[in-house]
Amino acid sequence: MDTTLKILVVEPDAMRAQDIIDALKDAGWSSVYVVAEISALAKKLTQIDPDIVLIDLAHPDRDTLEHIGHISHAQSRPVAMFVDRSDSDLTQAAISAGLSAYVVDGLQKNRIKPVLETAIARFKMIEQMRLELNAAKQALTDRKTIDRAKGLLMTARGIDEERAYTLLRKTAMDQGRKVIDVAQALVTAADLLG
Amino acid sequence: MTMHKIRCGFLPLVDAAPLIIARELNFARDEGVDLRLVKQPSWAALRDLLALGQIDAAHMLSPMPIAMTLGKSGLPTQVDALMVLSVNGTVVGVSNSLARDMQTAGWDADFTRPAEAAKALFATGRDPIRIGTPFPFSMHRMLLEHWLSEHRAFHSDRVEIVTVPPPRMAAAMAEGTLDMFCVGEPWGTAAVQQGVAELVLPGSAIWQFAPEKVLGATRAWIDANPDACRRLMRAIYRATCWLDQPQNKPLAVELLARSQHIDLPHEAIDPAIFGQIVPRKGAAPTQPPHFLFFNDNAGNFPWRSQGAWIGERIAAWTGHDLKDAVARGSACFRSDLFRENLAPLGVDMPGASAKIEGALRHPTAVASTKGEMILGPDAFFDGKIFDFSAPE
Repeated sequence: MDTTLKILVVEPDAMRAQDIIDALKDAGWSSVYVVAEISALAKKLTQIDPDIVLIDLAHPDRDTLEHIGHISHAQSRPVAMFVDRSDSDLTQAAISAGLSAYVVDGLQKNRIKPVLETAIARFKMIEQMRLELNAAKQALTDRKTIDRAKGLLMTARGIDEERAYTLLRKTAMDQGRKVIDVAQALVTAADLLG
Repeated sequence: MTMHKIRCGFLPLVDAAPLIIARELNFARDEGVDLRLVKQPSWAALRDLLALGQIDAAHMLSPMPIAMTLGKSGLPTQVDALMVLSVNGTVVGVSNSLARDMQTAGWDADFTRPAEAAKALFATGRDPIRIGTPFPFSMHRMLLEHWLSEHRAFHSDRVEIVTVPPPRMAAAMAEGTLDMFCVGEPWGTAAVQQGVAELVLPGSAIWQFAPEKVLGATRAWIDANPDACRRLMRAIYRATCWLDQPQNKPLAVELLARSQHIDLPHEAIDPAIFGQIVPRKGAAPTQPPHFLFFNDNAGNFPWRSQGAWIGERIAAWTGHDLKDAVARGSACFRSDLFRENLAPLGVDMPGASAKIEGALRHPTAVASTKGEMILGPDAFFDGKIFDFSAPE
């Protein structure tokens, strides 16, 4: 495996960037750089002259990166997005992991592939963790909303917690809605009515 | 009726309206199309998803299909413009400090005079002038270059054109990284409302009939899905008719402002849809002619000559063979499919598929299938004309 490639990672989130760098370094690539600010990108490209630039597929600054690729006077310019139609598994894996890579024209595929595979694996893991974290946060928020709605019902109707919850659930079932939606509506209405 | 599921990419801009309206008001469903709109964070992302078949069609900058076809942007892929989605609708804005300097240099802040604005701009002595556009292959960049390069003080070192995603244009202006921008609405208005920019020109003052966005699809998808393609075009055509009716504009703003589409307050979207532009904070709105439209004056017709014009510009930028770029550019604008798929709807079709770009200074009646066609003015501010049928 060729570990002399220079790799530049464009990633504003410091923790995420570090994570990707660690993964690449652990796998043997030592020349890994990161740029967080798009305003510093042009300078970094000239300074480092990377062979590969890795950037989130959904990163809004990809358009800017491409423009710099077009006009940059650096000798080797990472202009083309790496997509290999003959290796559709790798392409699909990159897309579903949300990764795009720009490579210097003419760089051999077998030199790029291991970098991409390492990055894809790490991107996937980060995405999975993000999803889990979001789900956990959402569950907590929902819990709080439902508790507040139950409290409102208990006060307004003078019922206990269990009956309050049963009432919420029955209303949701009757209306074909989720319990959290009914609870949310109740909390919003209570807030509006002060 | 079997529904055709069509995934269509778009960027959050006012001129994505034909797609949003086709979906929200059921023009798509009525044509048997389950139109799935997929919002994209950048033109590069949208382009790649289209090239890789992750989306079927897309709201695209008019130069993008040709740049992709010529292999200048992303994976080389034959992409066609099925129809023009919107004509004009961009604005040129400058930072507050540059606006002051231009006024000191004698500019009267008139919103419709490109030659005077360029003169004042170069007279400010700024060097280089940093200008933001949304994408390397955009009509914005073509309009800017056409406008500025005409001036005798112009030199390629005097301006530095950079790419900034539209939602960040205002911030880049506020930080001082840009002196100027050319961007599609609502982002010019947003910069004015944030107090960081003044608008100096509508794009339509540079070229009165610039094809701004197109409906793009790969030739492979078009050839494999003729029925879905026809239905999609018909649904979107009907949405553009609806959008150009004055009484529909308030509802259009309402639908566009929804969070899953553009996600900006109504005040940011109103000006473009109503054509009432406020060039600087606190100023009275002005009504530049032909600011943005979707259907009027055969606006949707993908003229071969528009594709040729764009192809020529891309050849100039990239060093691509000029003749090849013009020929393939014009072939990308599918006036043949437009005729075939929309004539049965009773759409009036022009007699020719190419025109002399820039030749019309006034609304002009032209030969058409129903004899009702009036083309809008399409003149360039400097009177240049482009005749691609003329022998060399």
